[in-house]
Amino acid sequence: MSLIRYESQARAPLVEGNKTYHDVTEDICRPVEAKPSKLWWVGFIISLGLLGFGVVSIYMDIVYGTGQWNLNKTIGWGWDITNFVWWVGIGHAGTLISAILLLFRQGWRTGVNRAAEAMTIFAVMCAGQFPIWHMGRVWNGFFVMPYPNTRGPLWVNFNSPLLWDVFAISTYFTVSLLFWYSGLLPDLATLRDRAKLKWSKFFYGLASFGWTGSTKHWQRHEALSLVLAGLSTPLVLSVHTIVSFDFATSVIPGWHTTIFPPYFVAGAVFSGFAMVQTLLLITRKVLGLEEYITMEHIDVMNKVIVLTGSIVGIAYLTELFMSWYSASPYEWFAFKENRLNLNSPYGWSYWLMMGCNVLSPQIFWFRKMRRNILVTFFMSILVNIGMWFERFVIIVTSIYRDYLPSSWSTYYTPTIWEIGFYMGTFGLFFTCYFLFSKFFPVIAIAEIKHILKKNGDSYKAGYSKEEMESYDAFEHEQSHHH
Amino acid sequence: MNVKKFVVGNFYEEAVLFPAVTKVRRAGYKIHDVYTPFPIHGLDKVMGLKDTDLHIAGFIYGITGTATAVGFITWMLAYDWPINFGGKPYFSLPAWIPIMFELTVLFAAVGMVLTFCWLCQLAPFVKKDHFNLRSTDDTFTMAIECTDKTNEAEAIAFLQSVGAQDVEIQHREADWWIGRYDRETVRFGKKVPQI
Repeated sequence: MSLIRYESQARAPLVEGNKTYHDVTEDICRPVEAKPSKLWWVGFIISLGLLGFGVVSIYMDIVYGTGQWNLNKTIGWGWDITNFVWWVGIGHAGTLISAILLLFRQGWRTGVNRAAEAMTIFAVMCAGQFPIWHMGRVWNGFFVMPYPNTRGPLWVNFNSPLLWDVFAISTYFTVSLLFWYSGLLPDLATLRDRAKLKWSKFFYGLASFGWTGSTKHWQRHEALSLVLAGLSTPLVLSVHTIVSFDFATSVIPGWHTTIFPPYFVAGAVFSGFAMVQTLLLITRKVLGLEEYITMEHIDVMNKVIVLTGSIVGIAYLTELFMSWYSASPYEWFAFKENRLNLNSPYGWSYWLMMGCNVLSPQIFWFRKMRRNILVTFFMSILVNIGMWFERFVIIVTSIYRDYLPSSWSTYYTPTIWEIGFYMGTFGLFFTCYFLFSKFFPVIAIAEIKHILKKNGDSYKAGYSKEEMESYDAFEHEQSHHH
Repeated sequence: MNVKKFVVGNFYEEAVLFPAVTKVRRAGYKIHDVYTPFPIHGLDKVMGLKDTDLHIAGFIYGITGTATAVGFITWMLAYDWPINFGGKPYFSLPAWIPIMFELTVLFAAVGMVLTFCWLCQLAPFVKKDHFNLRSTDDTFTMAIECTDKTNEAEAIAFLQSVGAQDVEIQHREADWWIGRYDRETVRFGKKVPQI
């Protein structure tokens, strides 16, 4: 750690436009303090509409049961679990940015981490809906908790991956929320100290917990962030690993494979970064934050997308090879007939997945494409469609033809209430995101100020390497001076 | 009501603040606190604050979580109501590793955040004073506590001489919300670092 660490002049500045500390505060607080734009209202109302559709769909599910969905004895898992895995995966990018990149000391994370963490929390909230409402008799949902009960007490099965999921997802949500909110405290205090309206004084006064910016508090805050990052890093890897165990520990051909944990984690980060791109490209434009979420940020995230997309591609090929090499006729059938065969009922979904996830991101090997906003936006949508189909392929194509051909279910299409439920989670996600972008600073103000003097436009050029080194030496001396 | 007096000065450059802190401490003034809009690495060291032990607390919470998971699951599945899952042993530790890990993380994270809030006395509805509203924006605000022996005019002049701006006297109720719960400073050594 140093007062001002030297950053190579070859690296592009992460904050453009010769900002001072005060400019940073003004720029990031402006959207919060201004009245919401018409565009915001339009987006918010559409989101609320989708949320309403979701509420009706869940109502139908509660009243008439999961029979409202087109699941049957062969395809017991369909859209519902596909959506669950998809949403959980999206959350992973936020934690990667906020935690893993903090440990790796990647300066560029500061521009995007706040929004990405918010995305994580909302995505996990959406993911959680699916297992909850899939329970059918949701009023008995508390049965998953190990509490002393009058049924024995009969305890939950701690050997089951589905119970691991309950613990993993709830821990992930709690820790992400704490990490996000503890990071927000100083910024909420900034808003509190600037507030002019009565309600905002009250709201930010309440929300900022009385933060003052005391040096001792900052010292503890830094320690807290670092340890939370250290905890979140294995946590985020564990979450999608455990999600993949839901499949990998079973004996279904197409699921029963040891490659699943790393393959799921890479896919999760891949789809999550695509969603971060989708959200931030809109956010930076609508809120006028192009100087903080720069082309450099978009470029770097596209590099992550091509990297993780290629890892996912290698995983697809490995999985395919292993199913043939295993010499298990059932494994090979699942791949050859249910997936590779374009004429099979779901063959198209396998090739759609391959095209969206493996081939199309390769475009990002070109710097020009990485720095093209339209291409990036289009790709971010494409990747998320591809990743949704990945989960659909894994789930449906593995089970629609099981060991007994007489019970093969030739076609599975979702009902309107399955679609409505999925749309409803989009509503929930975007309603939360719109509220977040209105009431909270979408960029971490304090963290931007912290990197401003080493990554800011004007400062970066202003310091010579020798000057920076003298700061470093000073800092080093200080740290050993007790 | 116990009212305390503070000499408050503002800084706008880290390069001015650091030597100023050193000089103020060397002159024998008692720095109540320095409020900054973002973490400034090394400032705690210059102010002579001890390192925080928050990570140790985190470690203890973490192993408490692990122990809770192992203890409870063992008791439930191996003693209280053993169930035969596919002929596997009642005490099947490898299958419990995921939940042991999750509870470790959960306990450590929740415990640390609560401890952090408790140590810093942060909670909803808590109101504290940091002398200058701009210190959450772009200003580094230093508050020096006045004792009976402090000559105020001298302190103001001294603070101005080390680069502080808008130096003034402020009165605050010495209640817990401005009180220092951070009395853990180390004694100021002979060797004074220079920037």
